[in-house]
Amino acid sequence: MSIIEEKQTSSSTIPTQPSRTKKYVAAFMPPLILGAGVIGLWYYISFGLLEEKRRFLLRPIHSVIDVGFLDGDNRSESLQALWSSTEVALIGLSISIGLGFILAILMSQAKFMERAIFPYMVTLQAIPILAIVPLISFWFGTGQRSRVVVCVIISLFPIIVNTLFGLQSAERGMHDLFTLHHANRLTRLRKLMFPAALPAVFAGLRISAGLSVIGAVVGDFFFGKGEAGIGQMLKKHANRLQGEELLSCVILSSALGVLVFWLFGVLQNKAVGRWHEANSATS
Amino acid sequence: MIFPDGTEALQNISFDLSRGEFITIVGPSGCGKSTLLKIASGLLEPTNGNVTVDRERLGYVFQDATLLPWRTVSKNVELLAELHGTGIQERKKLVQESIELVGLEGFEDHYPKSLSGGMKMRCSLARSLTLKPPVFLFDEPFGAVDEITREHLNEETQQLFKQEGFAGLFITHSISEAVFMSTKVLVMSARPGRIVAEFDIPFEYPRKPDLRFEADFAELCGKVSVELRGSHS
Repeated sequence: MSIIEEKQTSSSTIPTQPSRTKKYVAAFMPPLILGAGVIGLWYYISFGLLEEKRRFLLRPIHSVIDVGFLDGDNRSESLQALWSSTEVALIGLSISIGLGFILAILMSQAKFMERAIFPYMVTLQAIPILAIVPLISFWFGTGQRSRVVVCVIISLFPIIVNTLFGLQSAERGMHDLFTLHHANRLTRLRKLMFPAALPAVFAGLRISAGLSVIGAVVGDFFFGKGEAGIGQMLKKHANRLQGEELLSCVILSSALGVLVFWLFGVLQNKAVGRWHEANSATS
Repeated sequence: MIFPDGTEALQNISFDLSRGEFITIVGPSGCGKSTLLKIASGLLEPTNGNVTVDRERLGYVFQDATLLPWRTVSKNVELLAELHGTGIQERKKLVQESIELVGLEGFEDHYPKSLSGGMKMRCSLARSLTLKPPVFLFDEPFGAVDEITREHLNEETQQLFKQEGFAGLFITHSISEAVFMSTKVLVMSARPGRIVAEFDIPFEYPRKPDLRFEADFAELCGKVSVELRGSHS
């Protein structure tokens, strides 16, 4: 038997692509230029618009770095708080992942399960955190446990929705194939629905990872008992009008968010990059 | 076959298919060809009547290749043997044989996204071949590939049929494809689907591509075409 299609050459071996340096320049120049612009504007506001007395509203960037990051005491205090919040975020995210997978799998197995559970998930998602802060403190106290609860409530929904969507994304024909060959529920789940779900699962994980950091900071803001996290630091510095420290904490917490988002992007590429068509370019 | 909404898809269809036979059903779109195949495979239950098919190791090729995108060619070919609980050693051997049968050597580690339409179909064929199926059902498998690839695949399919000796049931709306591969062609009409004509195809196997340009071939195609048009009006 003959093969009439030509062997496809993978695009990475084509020698006509632009040189590496050019590619890096194209990738990094636009954000660098914009970043420089933002810093320029920042200085203009600090020194141009604000008088000396009101400069605490927006401290110039070099003094934020100076006071917030280079001062030993402040730095170790901030990093300790960051670590405490990271811990909360990781615990919360792990619980969300476990719970989200279980619920999504249950819902994927029977339509009536989906009908029963899904409305409550939407409701849970719709509750403003602020509204249930008193309840949470009744039930779980004002320590780390409550911070984790807030983190879970905030980060659970995207995992459930994306995992469920992923589990249901295998094509009809593939299901027919498994039916024809008498695959049982577990085999179908393991060999068809799970792998098919992976791209969507990772999309959900990336969103939830970012949200878990937000949840940890928000939770910490409300429930400050025990080790202080970033939320407590923000509160403290805001009360004392410590602009530099305040901004450094904002920068740290968003850096943490970016880091986990990026980490899950790398994991996603490792897990599905080889076969998935819309292999994500922005990571 | 009557669907819950009252549509009568198939009516009084009866035929036998045994090893060494390759029956092709041609009919207009929506005449119930695919429904017939789904009933034969067991994916659908008939509302009345009997279907007796040896479904233990059923070969079934779908309209599209239905390859699992996260599996390489050889892993895709391995799938059915896996589902049937074949041992790993036996599986590897079957996979290699099947891949050779369809001429996909050298592409074992490619993912489906880097294959052409024709190669995907070959991979799909190879997947069913690992079962050494006594009965092989084809649901318009070559409808989406280009004409030249299709003619190649037709030739390869009738070779496989001769070599492997399965009983083939093929659905298509291409007359020349039907006449080229089959031992028998059935013409179906639409709404409700009935078999309106039956043609035995006498040509010797293996059939060569040149067959398509012979007078007998053209004449048979013409006859099938007349019946098909009659069924359409």
